[in-house]
Amino acid sequence: MSDILVLVEHAEGEVKKVTLELLTLARSLGTPAAVWAGPGITAEAKARLAEYGAEKIYVAGSADIVDHVVAPKAELLAQLVAGKSAAAVLVAATAEGKEVAGRLAVKTDSGVITDAVGLSEGFVADQSIFGGGVNVHSRVRKGTPIIAVRPNSTAPVPAAGAGAEEEVAVELSDVAKAARVVERVKQEKGARPELTEAAIVVSGGRGVGSAENFSVIEGLADALGAAVGASRAATDAGWYPHQFQVGQTGKTVSPQLYIAAGISGAIQHRAGMQTAKTIVAINKDPEAPIFELADYGVVGDLHQVVPQLTEEIDKRK
Amino acid sequence: MNIVVCVKQVPDTATERKLRSDDNTLDRDAADGVVNELDEYAVEEALKLKEAHGGEVTVLTMGPGRATETIRKALAMGADKAVHLSDDALHGSDALSTSYAMAQVLKKIGFDLVILGSESTDARTGMLAAMLAERLGTPQLTLANKVEVEGGAITVQRLADYGYDRVQATLPAVVSVVEKINEPRYPSFKGIMAAKKKPVETLAIADAAIDAEQVGLGAAWSEVVDFAAAPPRTAGTIVKDEGDGGEKAADFLASKKFI
Repeated sequence: MSDILVLVEHAEGEVKKVTLELLTLARSLGTPAAVWAGPGITAEAKARLAEYGAEKIYVAGSADIVDHVVAPKAELLAQLVAGKSAAAVLVAATAEGKEVAGRLAVKTDSGVITDAVGLSEGFVADQSIFGGGVNVHSRVRKGTPIIAVRPNSTAPVPAAGAGAEEEVAVELSDVAKAARVVERVKQEKGARPELTEAAIVVSGGRGVGSAENFSVIEGLADALGAAVGASRAATDAGWYPHQFQVGQTGKTVSPQLYIAAGISGAIQHRAGMQTAKTIVAINKDPEAPIFELADYGVVGDLHQVVPQLTEEIDKRK
Repeated sequence: MNIVVCVKQVPDTATERKLRSDDNTLDRDAADGVVNELDEYAVEEALKLKEAHGGEVTVLTMGPGRATETIRKALAMGADKAVHLSDDALHGSDALSTSYAMAQVLKKIGFDLVILGSESTDARTGMLAAMLAERLGTPQLTLANKVEVEGGAITVQRLADYGYDRVQATLPAVVSVVEKINEPRYPSFKGIMAAKKKPVETLAIADAAIDAEQVGLGAAWSEVVDFAAAPPRTAGTIVKDEGDGGEKAADFLASKKFI
């Protein structure tokens, strides 16, 4: 079977979970080949990629690749698509992953599908569009299929691959080096998982009432090892930083469990979380549309219900 | 500075959005058309840059005739003129075709800076700015929540998972902006009246040397095989908090093995 290139998402030498999901998906469709872009690969990272089925690991370790915006990764992948006769390319459907996919599609004259939540034979992708209202099957008609897959679309399952490493030298064009990263600014992140990658997300909305009260949401998130999200009403009010906004104009999440506290569930919000596997809602208003989506709903004051839930979780650990 | 800001008319997210059963494309007649929300931030950023550095703001849109409503909104906010790429041959264009067609127009009209919203609320691919940068061979400064121009240099803050990157390049460049970069202004009455007199140039594909073979549904690099309304989620259990709501929720989470 031909190579299916999987662009590895990594931070500080560690492979992110979404990459293990992509390798798991790739195994069912061909021979997974992991592509590591940038310096800093570790023995642990290689072992992890092999553990989840990478038969090959292409390593392009030049710092130039990550010190310039997006274009170098697309050039690297385009070189591998041509040189290794890849059958398809999978990337994580993060904001940057989709940009890489877009440039790669132009370079290789190939079709591209974004935000796939499933992938089957013939690279037919499942997508959920219009805020989760319509399910679509799409496929690429020309070139090498390039598919951006949403995190949490598949459960990662280990199945050892050979993990044969191959160094890749990339000759970056001047154009690819045109936008230069001059500084990386790391902001408070804490120990919580990343919002788009997290298996569990706890979000607060208008019902939270203030910035201080978000500690209630954070408490529940920490008890569950979850990421914290916020509705637009909450970020607009300045109660929680904008980068945590889940919804139409914010982040799209697709976790195993989504807990919405004090969120009414307007389309703006639903568009960002409707593909969550299990949804729990806590809201004072029994008519709130979020209850239409909820697998489990509690009609009540989140300031009572959430702390009690947090306490119960801590008790049962 | 010659700034081109790309805007898109999208179906209002507050109305029901559909695909057409005949060709699986977006049914643009089924819903009200509005300016893609993130594009309003792009227009605002263009106007602010013009106010600071001088120059001209041109609105560029690709879409059917009714997309003029979107153009007028951007002109009413303060843009100087507009270019409307409108041709039946463009119907059903995917992101690759759209980026090709827009790049052809941008090459024709020229620019120092192209500004877009980071994604549209309909297709939500988030790829157009990156594709335009690729096609135009200009630096990509996308996902910006801050834009600074000084002479021929441009610096943006590009949002990242861990915070942001400061990214630098020289003009011309392609920028996409995220929500919250600014507070888009409301068109004033004077602005709305003035917009009616501002020049709008309508281009057909031939006017911008766009190859008909490379656009439209027939040229699409990807296709929708089929679609269906999402099955409604099976009704969940809703309980009223009687002082034990948190405990009951914990029972549910335990039953699903989350705790």
